[in-house]
Amino acid sequence: MSAHGRHVAGISGRIARQALLDAFRKLGPRQQARNPVMFVTEIGAALTTLVLFQEIFQRAAALPYTLAVALMLLRTVIATGRVPSLTLQIDVWLWFTVLFANFAEALAEGRGKAQADALRKGRRDVIARKLVNDVETRVPGCELRPDDLVVCEAGDVIPSDGEIVDGIASIDESAITGESAPVIRESGGDRSAVIGGTRVISDRVVIRIVAAQGATFIDKMIALIEGARRQKTPNEIALGILLFALTLVFLLVVATLRPFAVYSEQAAGYAGAPTTPLAVLIALLVCLIPTTIGGLLTAIGISGIDRLIRRNVLAMSGRAVEAAGDIDVLLLDKTGTITLGNRMASAFLPAPGVAVELLADAAQIASLADETPEGRSIVVLAKEAFGLRGRDLQKMGAHFVPFSARTQMSGVDIPSSGGPVRMVRKGSMNAIAAHIAALGGTLPSEVKASADSVARAGGTPLIVAENTRALGIIHLKDVVKGGMRDRFAQLRTMGIRTVMVTGDNALTAAAIAAEAGVDDFIAEATPEAKLKRIRDEQAKGHLVAMTGDGTNDAPALAQADVGVAMNTGTQAAREAGNMVDLDSNPTKLIEIVEVGKQILITRGALTTFSIANDVAKYFAILPAMFGALYAGAGQRGPLLHLDVMHLHSPASAVLSAVIYNALIIVALIPLALHGVKYRSLRASALLLRNLLVYGLGGVVAPFIGIKLIDMVLVTCNLV
Amino acid sequence: MNDNAVTELGLYVAVLALASPLLGFYCARVFSGLRTAGSRLLEPLERLAYRLCGIDPAREMRWTEYTGALLAFNALGLLVVLVLQLFQMYLPLNPQHLPNVPWHLAFNTAVSFMTNTNWQSYAGESTLSYLTQMVGLGVQNFASAATGIAVLVALTRGLRCTMTATIGNFWVDLTRATVYVLLPLALVLAVVLVGQGVVQSLAPARTATTLAGQTQMLPLGPAASQVAIKQLGSNGGGYFGANSAHPFENPTPLTNFLEALSILLIPSALVFTFGMLVKARRHALIVWVAMSGLFLVGLGVALWAESSANPALQGLGFWEGKETRIGLANSVLWSTATTAASSGSVNAMHASLSPLAALVALVNMVMGEVVFGGVGAGMYGMVMFVIITVFIAGLMVGRTPEYLGKKIEAFEVRMALIAVLAPTVLILICTAWALSVPGGRAAILNPGPHGLMEVLYAFTSAANNNGSAFAGLATNTAYYNVLLAACMLVGRFAVIIPVLAVAGSLARKKSIPPSPGTFPTDRPLFGVLLVSVILIVSALSFFPVLCLGSVVEYLLMQGGRVF
Repeated sequence: MSAHGRHVAGISGRIARQALLDAFRKLGPRQQARNPVMFVTEIGAALTTLVLFQEIFQRAAALPYTLAVALMLLRTVIATGRVPSLTLQIDVWLWFTVLFANFAEALAEGRGKAQADALRKGRRDVIARKLVNDVETRVPGCELRPDDLVVCEAGDVIPSDGEIVDGIASIDESAITGESAPVIRESGGDRSAVIGGTRVISDRVVIRIVAAQGATFIDKMIALIEGARRQKTPNEIALGILLFALTLVFLLVVATLRPFAVYSEQAAGYAGAPTTPLAVLIALLVCLIPTTIGGLLTAIGISGIDRLIRRNVLAMSGRAVEAAGDIDVLLLDKTGTITLGNRMASAFLPAPGVAVELLADAAQIASLADETPEGRSIVVLAKEAFGLRGRDLQKMGAHFVPFSARTQMSGVDIPSSGGPVRMVRKGSMNAIAAHIAALGGTLPSEVKASADSVARAGGTPLIVAENTRALGIIHLKDVVKGGMRDRFAQLRTMGIRTVMVTGDNALTAAAIAAEAGVDDFIAEATPEAKLKRIRDEQAKGHLVAMTGDGTNDAPALAQADVGVAMNTGTQAAREAGNMVDLDSNPTKLIEIVEVGKQILITRGALTTFSIANDVAKYFAILPAMFGALYAGAGQRGPLLHLDVMHLHSPASAVLSAVIYNALIIVALIPLALHGVKYRSLRASALLLRNLLVYGLGGVVAPFIGIKLIDMVLVTCNLV
Repeated sequence: MNDNAVTELGLYVAVLALASPLLGFYCARVFSGLRTAGSRLLEPLERLAYRLCGIDPAREMRWTEYTGALLAFNALGLLVVLVLQLFQMYLPLNPQHLPNVPWHLAFNTAVSFMTNTNWQSYAGESTLSYLTQMVGLGVQNFASAATGIAVLVALTRGLRCTMTATIGNFWVDLTRATVYVLLPLALVLAVVLVGQGVVQSLAPARTATTLAGQTQMLPLGPAASQVAIKQLGSNGGGYFGANSAHPFENPTPLTNFLEALSILLIPSALVFTFGMLVKARRHALIVWVAMSGLFLVGLGVALWAESSANPALQGLGFWEGKETRIGLANSVLWSTATTAASSGSVNAMHASLSPLAALVALVNMVMGEVVFGGVGAGMYGMVMFVIITVFIAGLMVGRTPEYLGKKIEAFEVRMALIAVLAPTVLILICTAWALSVPGGRAAILNPGPHGLMEVLYAFTSAANNNGSAFAGLATNTAYYNVLLAACMLVGRFAVIIPVLAVAGSLARKKSIPPSPGTFPTDRPLFGVLLVSVILIVSALSFFPVLCLGSVVEYLLMQGGRVF
C-alpha cells in the first residue's frame, strides 16, 4: 500500500467524537430494530428504567416527593460515594451496553464517511469543453451525456468517466487512488479509461464520455463506502438467523425462570424478597444473549470493506468480498504477477571457440545504448559476471543501430582505426542468421542447438554476432518475483490452487510454472481459453478468482466468482469485474482472499466467544438469585455452592456480570475493526487455534473479568 | 458395583459396537436398492405391498411431496388408533370387556404412538383391548419407526444427490424400512422373548389365588410381539403399565440384556448406514464415537451416583423403585439407554433415580435425543446439530460453511435451528405454564425440586418424543393429556419438516470438492466440537431450571434432605 494522504489510516479524534455523538443518535428504535440482539438489549434497558421510576414512585407517590427522593438519592451518592439502588446501576450499564455497540458501529462507519466526504469534496462541478462537430463549447459537466466528446488539456479536471479516443496524457488520479505519481493514459489499447474527477497534468486528449451523471465511478465509490452496511451478505444473514434464534431462546429461558422460581419459592417455604425481580431478570437476559457479537457484527462487515478500500481495492458488494474468502482457484497472469514484467539476461553461452569474456564484452557493447530493460539487464550481467564497465560509446565514435521491427535486431557500428567497421549485433536467431547470411557467413549449428535448448528451458535466446561471426547466445529469462513460491505454498495450505495464464508456448510455460511453484498453467492463452477454464472449474464446483485489464478479459472477469479489474484497464474490464484494484497490482488478489477470510473468521470467533461467555455469567447470576432458596434455618442456601467465583454479594455479582458484558464490547472493538489476524494454516489447524483462543478463552475470560470487576466494585464502595 | 455388573456392561457395549456396523451395512444395502441376504424371501412381500397400494416405486418425489405423503400417512395412523380406542368396547378381541377410552387419553395415546414417543398416561393391561394394542399400537410401533428411517434416508439423498429436485419416494422408503429391517428383527426378537417366557396369548387374564389367600389378576395378551418392536423401534410403550419392569415383559437376565441392546441397536446402526449412503464413512464413525462418548459419560455419572451411598439413608444405596432381580447396574444402563435413544421403555422408576442419575436421564433428552436417539430420528436430529457445528466451524476457518460438499446457507441454518430449538421452546413454555396453573400443580406428588423435575421431565420426554416417564406425576388428566400430546406432535414434526426441507434444499445444490481449506468433518476435532455445541446449546437453555431441580435436590441430599 502506498502512502495515501486522503485515506484515513487510523481513527482520528474527530471520527471518535463523531462516533460518540452517533452512538446516541442510533438509539432510535427504528435503527435498533435492524439488529435484534441489540434491540432486545435496548428494550431491556428501557424496561429497567421504568422499573426504576416505579421504585422511586413507590417510595413517594406524588411528583414533589419523587423529586425530593431523587435529590436525596443524589445526596447519598455524593455524601457516601455509594450508589444505593441496584436497579439504577443495572440500568445505567444496560444503556451503556447499547451505547457501546452503537459506538462500535459508528466508529466503523466513521472512517468510511470521512472517505466519502473527501471524495465528495473533490467532485466539484466542472465546466466541460464539449466537442460538437469539432467545435468546442463550454457546458456544465452535469449536462454531459454518454457518447459526448470532450477535450481536456493540462490542468483540466476530467468531467466524467470516459475513454480516450485521441491523444495521450499524464493524469493525476490521486483523488481516487491516493497515489500522487501521475499515470499515463492513451487512446487505443488497454490504458484508455479515465475517471471523472481526476486531473490532466500534461498534453491534450479527447475523451468520449461513457457514464451518465450519478453513475460515475466516484458516485459508485461514495455509494459503496456509505452504503456498506445496507446490504447484508449471505453469511451475515445466516449468522443473523443464528443470533436471532439464540436471543429468542434466551428470552424464553429468562421469561420462564420466574414461574420456576415462584414455584420453588412456595415449595421451599421461602419468605424473603422475590428471587426474580424484573431488573435482575433483564440483567440476566442481556448477559445471556450474544451482545458481544450482536453489537460488533455490523462493525466487522463495514471495517472489512474499509480494510479493502485502504488497500486500494474497491469491492462492488460485500458479497464479493465474502466470496473472495471461499475462492479455491486463482487464475493469475504470468507477466507482472508471477514474473517481473521484463525478461532479464541470466547467462552468456559462447559459440565454440569463443571466449565467454569476448561474448560478454560484445553483448555489453551492443546493449550500451539500448534503454530497454532487457538491454540494461545485459549490461548489468556483463558487469557483475566479468567486471566489464560500461564504456563511452561517443568517445569510441560508435554509431547506435536501434531495434526496428524490420530488422528484429539492434547493436552498434564501431569504426576502428585502419580496420573495417565492427558491426556488433544482437537479435533473435532468425534475424541474426539472415544478417550473417547477407554478409556471406553462416550460423554454426552448435549455436542453433544451444539456442533451441535455451528456448526449451523457458528462456529466450538472443544471438550476438560481430560481422559474420556468431559469438554466442545471451540467455534471457523470465524472472519469478521474489517470495512467490512461498506465497503459492501458503495458498496451497489454505486450499487454493493457482493457475498461471500466459501467452507463452507450453514448453516455456511449463518451465516457468515449475520454477514459480504454481499448480497448473494455461499456455498460449486466449481470452476464450481463460473463459473456458473458468467455466470448467466452476462446473467442478470450484470458486474462481482472476484479475484482468483488457477489454477481451471482460467476459472472463464477469464469469469469475471474484473478478478483480485493474484500474489501468479498460472501462469494459472495470464494468465486468466485481472489484477494482486502484493500484493495478495483480498480486493483490491474494490480499483480497485474506481479507475475505478474515471477515468470516472474526465473525465466527466473536460468536464463539460470546456464547462461551454465558457459562460464567450463569455462575455469577444464578447463585445470586437463588442463593437463599431452600436454606435451612441459619444456613447458607445450597445453590450458593455454584458461586465458584466467591463474589462479594448477590448485588455485586449481578452488577459485575452486567458490567463485564458491557465492557467486553468496548474491549473487542479493536478486534472487530482490525479483524482477527489471519494465518495461512490448514483449516483444521486454524480451527483448533481459534477454538482454543476464542472458545476456551471465552469460557475462562469472564470468570476472571467478573471477579476483578466485583473486587473493584467492592473497593469503590459501589455495592 | 460388582464384577458381574462390569462384565455385563462391558459385554453390552462390545456387542453394540460390533453389531452396529454390520446392521448398518445391511441397511445401507437395503436403502441403496441392492439385493441383500433376505431379498429372495422379502422381495415378493415388498412388491405385494406396492401392488396392493398402487405405488410406482420408481417415481421420485420433491421434498414437499415427500413431506405431504409422510404427513398424510401419519395422520391416517393417528385417526385409526383414535377410533380403535374410542370404540374398543364394540370391537372384537376385548376379552376383559374394557370400556371405551376417554377422548383426551385416546388422543394422547394416538399421538404418542404415531410420533414414536409412546408416552403412556395409562396402564395397558387395564385400559386397552387386545385389538387396540395389536392393530392400533403395534402397527404404529412399526410405522413410526419406519417413518423415522424414511426421513433419514431422504436426508442422505439430499446430501448425496447434486442438482436434483427430488429426494426419493416416501412409500418405497417406508416399505423397505418395514419389510427389510423392522419386521425380520422384530420377528426374531419376539420368538426369542417367547422362548424366555414373555407372554404371547389372546386368552383373557387369569385369576389366581395367592398363598395368602387373596385373589390376584394375572394379565395376559399378545405381549412378546409388542415388546420386540417397542424395544427395536425406539418406541418404548410397554404392553403392561410397569413396562419392562414387569416380569411378563422382561422375565430373565437374557431378555433384559436383549431388550436393553435392542433399544440402541437400530439407532446406532443407522449412523453407519448414514455414512455409507452419503459416502462419508469416517465422518459417520466420528459422529458415532461422539454419540458413544456422550452415552458412556452419562452412564458413568449415573452409575457413580446410583452406587454411592444415599446420605439420607445412613449409607444405603438407591434401591427404591428398582427391581432387585434386575439390579442396580442394569437399571441404570437401561435408564441411560432409554433416554439416550428416544425409546422411553423403562425397567425401573426414574423418579426414584438419585438426583444425578435423573439429571443424566434428563440431559440425555434435552440434548434433543441425538445420543443415538430415536430410530432414524436420532441421526437426522444429529445432522441438524452437525449443520450448526459446521456453520460455526466454517466461519472460524474463514470459508462459507459446507457439509459433505454442500454449501450451508441461511436456509439450512434456519431449518436446523428450528429443528434443534423447537423442542427446547416447547419444554420451557409448557413446564412454566404447568407450574403456574392449579391444574398443572395438582398433579405433582412430591413438591419441591423433585416435583419441578417431574413436570420438566414429562414435557421433555414428550417434546423430544422419548416417552419415558419420571412417574410421580398424575398426568392422566385432560390438561396434561392434551398439552403433552401437543408437545409430542410439534416436537416430532417441527423437526421432521425442517429436516426434509434441508434435504430438498441440499439436493438442489452443486457439490464442492473438498480442499485443504475445507474444514474436515472426519477428524476427532470435529467430534469434540460437535459434542461441545450439543452440550452448550442444551446446557445454556436448561441450566437455570435444572439448578432449581436436580442440582438443588442433589445439593440438599448431601445435607440429608430428600423429596
